[in-house]
Amino acid sequence: MSASHSRLLSTFVFLLLALLLPARARSQESPYLVTYDHYLEEPGNLEIEYFSTFGTQHGGNDFHAPWIELEYGATAWWTTEFYLDGQTTFNDSTLFTGFRWENRFRPLKREHFINPVIYVEYAKLSGADKIMKEVEGHDVASDFAEPNSLLRQETKHEMEFKLLLSSTYKGWNFAENTLAAKNLSNQPWEFGYALGASRPLQLAASSKRCNLCRQNFVAGVEMYGGLGDRHSFGLRDTSQYLAPVAAWNLPSGWTFRVSPGFGLNDNSHGFLLRWGLSYEINGFGEMVGHLFGRGR
Amino acid sequence: MKACVTAFCVSVTLIVCATVASQDAPPAAKRDKESVYGEIDKAPEKARAKRNPFEQNAEAVTAGKILFEQRCAECHGEAALGGKKAPSLRAIEVQGASPGAIFWILTNGVVRRGMPVWSKLPEPQRWQLVTYIKSLGTAPSETADDLTKKP
Repeated sequence: MSASHSRLLSTFVFLLLALLLPARARSQESPYLVTYDHYLEEPGNLEIEYFSTFGTQHGGNDFHAPWIELEYGATAWWTTEFYLDGQTTFNDSTLFTGFRWENRFRPLKREHFINPVIYVEYAKLSGADKIMKEVEGHDVASDFAEPNSLLRQETKHEMEFKLLLSSTYKGWNFAENTLAAKNLSNQPWEFGYALGASRPLQLAASSKRCNLCRQNFVAGVEMYGGLGDRHSFGLRDTSQYLAPVAAWNLPSGWTFRVSPGFGLNDNSHGFLLRWGLSYEINGFGEMVGHLFGRGR
Repeated sequence: MKACVTAFCVSVTLIVCATVASQDAPPAAKRDKESVYGEIDKAPEKARAKRNPFEQNAEAVTAGKILFEQRCAECHGEAALGGKKAPSLRAIEVQGASPGAIFWILTNGVVRRGMPVWSKLPEPQRWQLVTYIKSLGTAPSETADDLTKKP
């Protein structure tokens, strides 16, 4: 099959899916690509998400790292999510780089000024993983300069724990995440953080059905970076990023996010462009339940 | 490729397990004998006393209807008469509650019973939803006794 046929087929499948998937869906997603707020997936809903990170590389080839997320609201207090990561390094190769399984738990029943969520993740990744979903420890841009053939030789089994704190005040969301990650192969604990602030462009909903209403757009900024490890905690030899973020929540259930990120020191990639497209399927749990003969 | 297939199988298995686990929970009404509307009574006095800034606002009713269709109808039903997952919002317990109490429920959710927190919606949108819900009135064919039996 030629490249043009392949592109045509992909476009057809994409459009078919867009038409077949249920037209009505909830969508009020945050614009963050790294930071988490305290809102979990609605119970029974499945969100299918595609994201990618394009990064410039000093002393090496630029890269494009896509990943897919399947996010499911198991209950109103538990969201589970599965990731598949990959990357293409220009003038090098394309690789599948591993998977992650994350879980977020909401310990408190009600809303408070600051709302905590506990995040637990297991990841099995190769050293060539470049999605940069989080920045931790002494992760620096030069780590990515090696060719894929060398990077992929390392396999990491990692547990990651985060405390997600988030507040909503007068339409603004403020989120603060701290993370501790442990490579299970006898590496020291590594630390990192992410901060975010965002707000919809309009707080009240329009009385007309519309895709381009200002209420459907959310804009903000996030900042994230490493905080060293157990032996050398702090900002020394870490990479740091600042990234404006924006999301467009369509009433049909689609969400489009984009975020140009800028490295704040010499250890960081100069420029990161992240973007993503997601679709939320309402009542997915119920559909699967019916397949297993429940609810009949 | 093998890793890709393994990862996909693991993801499907996890999602199926999570789905089945969440479906295993008995309906809210069976889990708890008290009325499903009991949460409304838990709204603090200060929250109940809050005034709806969109009260009697026709545009807010229209906007609230759109929001309801997008975010609430799946569980509470198109006509807000309740469904398998959530109770009727046209019961006397809801329609008789103060706008502030309904706003409080929307903001805090009823997490243990499966209703998510809706504070992700900006405050004006939550009030628009309250305005729409209150505009629906009590369903004529249902009594309060019938409604409390619904999950």
